[in-house]
Formats: sequence, C-alpha cells, structure tokens
Amino acid sequence: MVGSASMGRRILTVYVPLALFLVFLLLPFYWMIVVSLKPPTDLFNLRFNPFFIQHFTLKNYRYLFQETAFVVWAKNTLVVSVAATALALSCSVLIGYALARLRFPGGSAMGVGIFLAYLVPPTLLFLPLAQVVAGLHLYNTYWALIFTYPTFLIPFGSWLLMGYFRTIPREIEECALIDGSSRLGTLFKIVLPLSLPGILSAAIFSFTLSWNEFLYALIFMSSGPLKTIPVGTVSDLIKADVLFWGPLMASALLGSVPIAVIYTFFVDHYVSGLTAGAVKG
Amino acid sequence: MPDLHPAAARAGPLSAGGRGTYPRSLLEREPSLGLLLMLPGTLLLVIFMAYPFFLGLWLSLTDSMIGHAGRFVGLLNFVNLINDSIFRQTARNTFIYALVTVPFKLVLGLGLALVLNTRIPFRNAIRAGVLMPFIVPTALSSLGWLMLFDPIFSPFSWLLKHWGLITRNINFLGTPVLAIVSVMIANIWRGTPFFAITILAGLQAVPAELHDAAAIDGAGAWQRFWNVTVPIILGVMLVSTLFSIIMTFADFQLIYVLTKGGPANETHIFGTYAYQIGLSATAIGQGAAIALYMFPVLAALAILLLRYLRREVA
Repeated sequence: MVGSASMGRRILTVYVPLALFLVFLLLPFYWMIVVSLKPPTDLFNLRFNPFFIQHFTLKNYRYLFQETAFVVWAKNTLVVSVAATALALSCSVLIGYALARLRFPGGSAMGVGIFLAYLVPPTLLFLPLAQVVAGLHLYNTYWALIFTYPTFLIPFGSWLLMGYFRTIPREIEECALIDGSSRLGTLFKIVLPLSLPGILSAAIFSFTLSWNEFLYALIFMSSGPLKTIPVGTVSDLIKADVLFWGPLMASALLGSVPIAVIYTFFVDHYVSGLTAGAVKG
Repeated sequence: MPDLHPAAARAGPLSAGGRGTYPRSLLEREPSLGLLLMLPGTLLLVIFMAYPFFLGLWLSLTDSMIGHAGRFVGLLNFVNLINDSIFRQTARNTFIYALVTVPFKLVLGLGLALVLNTRIPFRNAIRAGVLMPFIVPTALSSLGWLMLFDPIFSPFSWLLKHWGLITRNINFLGTPVLAIVSVMIANIWRGTPFFAITILAGLQAVPAELHDAAAIDGAGAWQRFWNVTVPIILGVMLVSTLFSIIMTFADFQLIYVLTKGGPANETHIFGTYAYQIGLSATAIGQGAAIALYMFPVLAALAILLLRYLRREVA
C-alpha cells in the first residue's frame, strides 16, 4: 500500500496514544453514566458485564429528584456561585483597572500581594477562617460562601483583567479624557465594553471555581439546609447501604453537567482564563 | 496643554486629569482613585484571608479547642507534632503524593498536548472531552473513582477475575501502599488535562516556519522536538509544574472523598490531617499548626514562581 509506512507510524505515534488517553480520561465518566442508568440490583448480579447496561432505567434519577434534597442543593449552589462571581468580578474589575492603568502609592506592592494571594490554597487557612466565619455568625448562611469564595476569585480575576486592560490602547482613553470624560467614566464607558471577552473569561472561570468548591462549603454549610451539590452528595448520599450507588452516581453526574455545558460552549474563554491564570500568572 | 503631547502621555501613566485643567476630586487624581478602586476587593481579602492567616499563626501557638479560647503555649504544638508518628507519616505521604504525581502529570500532559496539536479528526470535540476531568467538580468525579476502587463493585477487580488473573476482589483503598497508589492515580487523572491544556497553548505559539526551517536543515522529528519545540514551551511547563506542586501539596477533597486519610493514616496529607485534628477532634490550635507546616514549602514555591514570572514580564 502506498504511504502505509507513514500511516502505520502515525497510528503508532498519534492514534494509539490518543486512544489510551481517551480511555483513561473518560473511563470514570463512562462508568458513572452506566451505573446511574441501571437498576441497583443489577450491580449484584455477577453474570452481568458491569461495563454495560443490561436493563435501562431512570429510577436512580427519579429517586434523586423525589427522595433527596438534590434540587435544593442545586439551587444553593447556583445562588452562591452567581453571587460570589458577581461580587468578586466587581472587585476584580476595579483592582485590575487600578493595577493596569493608575500610578498610586503601594500599587506595585499590592500587585505582588494579589498575585501571592492567588497562590494561597484554602487548606492553609480553613481552620482560622472557620473561626472568623463563626464569629461573624455566618455559619449556614449563603454569606459564608459569598464572602469567602472571593478570596480565591479576586486574585485570579484581578490578574486576568489587569492583563486584558493593558492590551487596550491608552490613546482611546486619553481622547475621552480630553473630551471631558471622568476617569470612572472612561472605565465604564470605554474600557469595560472593549474588555467584554476578558470579563466573560473571568466570569466563566469564577463561576466554575465557585460551583466546584468543596472545602469551605463542607465546613460552613454541612450542618444546615444550605448544602451545595458537592457537599450534599458526598455527605448525605454516601450511605452504608450499597443500593445508593445508583443515585450517588446520578447526583455526581448531574452536578457536573452545568459545568460541562458552560465549558463546552465557552471552551476558548475557559482556556484563555485557565492559561492567563496559570501560565501568565 | 503641553502634557497632553502623545509622547509625554505615553511616557507616564495618564496624568492629564490633573494640572488644574480638570476638577482635582478624589475620583480624578491617580493616587486617590487608585487606592479607592483597590479598596473593596482588598477589604474582602484582608478580612477573609490576611486576618485568618495571622489568626492561624496565633491559634497554632495556643492550646485552643473549638469553642474554648486557649492559653499561649509557645511552640508546643509544633514540637508535639514532630513527635507524633501520624504527623510524620502525613508529612511523608504529602511529599510522596506531590512529588510522584506531578512528574506523571507533566509527562502525560505533554504527550496529550503533542497528540492534540496534530491534525486529528474531531479535534475540538476530543480537546473538550479530555479536559473534563480537570473542570468538573473534583468532589463529584472522585465519587466515580470511589466506586471504581470499591472492594465489592470495582470493575477492575471484575475484569481481572474475568481474565482469571485473581480469585478475590482487590481492596484498592483499604490496603496500605495500594491505597496511596490508588489516590495518586485519581490525582494524575485529574491533573493531566491541566498540563495538557496549558502546554497546548504554549505549543500553538511555536511558529510553523521554525519547524519547516529546521526540517529543511535536515533535523529529524526528534531533533526538532528537542531543539525547536521544547525551548519554547519550557517556560509554560515550568510554571504549570510549580503551580501544580502547590495545588497537589495542599490538596484535600480527593483524599477526603476517597479514603479520609485511611487505612491506618496511610493516605493522610496535611490538609486532611489538619481537618481531622482541627475540626473532627476540635483541637483547632493543633490543627492550625499542622496546616502551617505547609507554609515554608508553599512560600518557597510561590517565591520561585514570582521570580520567574517577573523575569518573564520584565
């Protein structure tokens, strides 16, 4: 066959590794889908190949919606993620603009401080933070998460937006200033509209970080009715009863779907958020 | 208005608003406006990040329990921890967990990025699919791994039995050594796409002409990879690696969901042990000390990252 040597080479260097990667990276999702769509009793039947569905059912999903608080968790997660993203984004726009454009005392030190804040992992702070949140009587309120999530959203968002604002030519702003616009006026009427792609990236990334957060939600919300999906699923659906695997997998999948959908629609924004945050700092 | 000359304006920040031409209110002068814009976000970071950090320093020097303010005990918590065999095990586990998984994530991520950078069918769909492990909630995807590693329902056990390689199910998460290997596999699964996507972004910055020029000069694929591609993506790989070490070192949720530190503390890392001592056992002073043991490593990595990025920017 013509070109079979290079084709064979390509199969070996591209398609075989790609297939292995796909199996490794997608296997857990495939497994969760299969388990969530079969009757729990089928799990016990050793004659059945566990990788396939023998009797299709939506029973686990019905159970999840009717017998567990999943819908409430979903609402909680949405409220917290939207509010924390809005709060953090508002602060980030202002900080990003100040760091990108204005010269003020302590400005560069604050820039470094914001970058370092980006690298502080929640596990370093959660114990004293729990005391602060308890002291402010925020336990089991939405505010506990709406105020604490910005600690990791603001550093990220400010950094990303600062980079974005710097790409906007100064001359545009200078013209507006000469025409009598105020500084804040140029920020809101000129810089922000030109920065929509950057703001969208920051918003999408902040929303997914909030939706996915686990440690703070576990500590601040787990004793009340305001659990988020990750916390509710992990702390309420894992039971000694093995029949819970079906609803457990259904909940884990449904809790991931909004993120997967957003990501699929905005993959380029997501990637630019990720690389701006992780690579350019 | 001499200071509005384009060259002057470019040289400094926008200083046109001053000089008496415009109202010198707080909102127009750069120093005051800058500080004002920093205020809301900084206030949140001070209350919920900086203050807790110093509170944590203080707590770690006390014998505080949850609900009982403790007495100052100096470095007793830190000394006691060094003599605590579970803590020593925790420290060892954390270093193993971070230092073993990160090279795997880097190499696999690089491989995946190189594959995704070639012309393959359904490239966008595949790129979207393989990033999923990194973007969905880790606490939830870990539940998938929890079942994949289940002593009764693990499909790995089923397959091995099916092929006649074993006769009894493997208790992945309940056996020493195997447990930490299992959580590391789940961590590598989660982190590989992060490296892939950041390295892929770096690869796309490699100009095709460079490859062509090298090929004309007779460089083979391997030589082109080492001499053209690697130098360009080295920075991205370094930053991703430092970043990943920080996040892996300070991990929590994956281990919390899969093992809670068991069996017999074989998989405890700083985050989970601090949680167990500080919250479950309510010894918040002791717990704060455990978390602070992470600080020197995290600070060193952060400084490395900062220095590198500053050099890049400058």
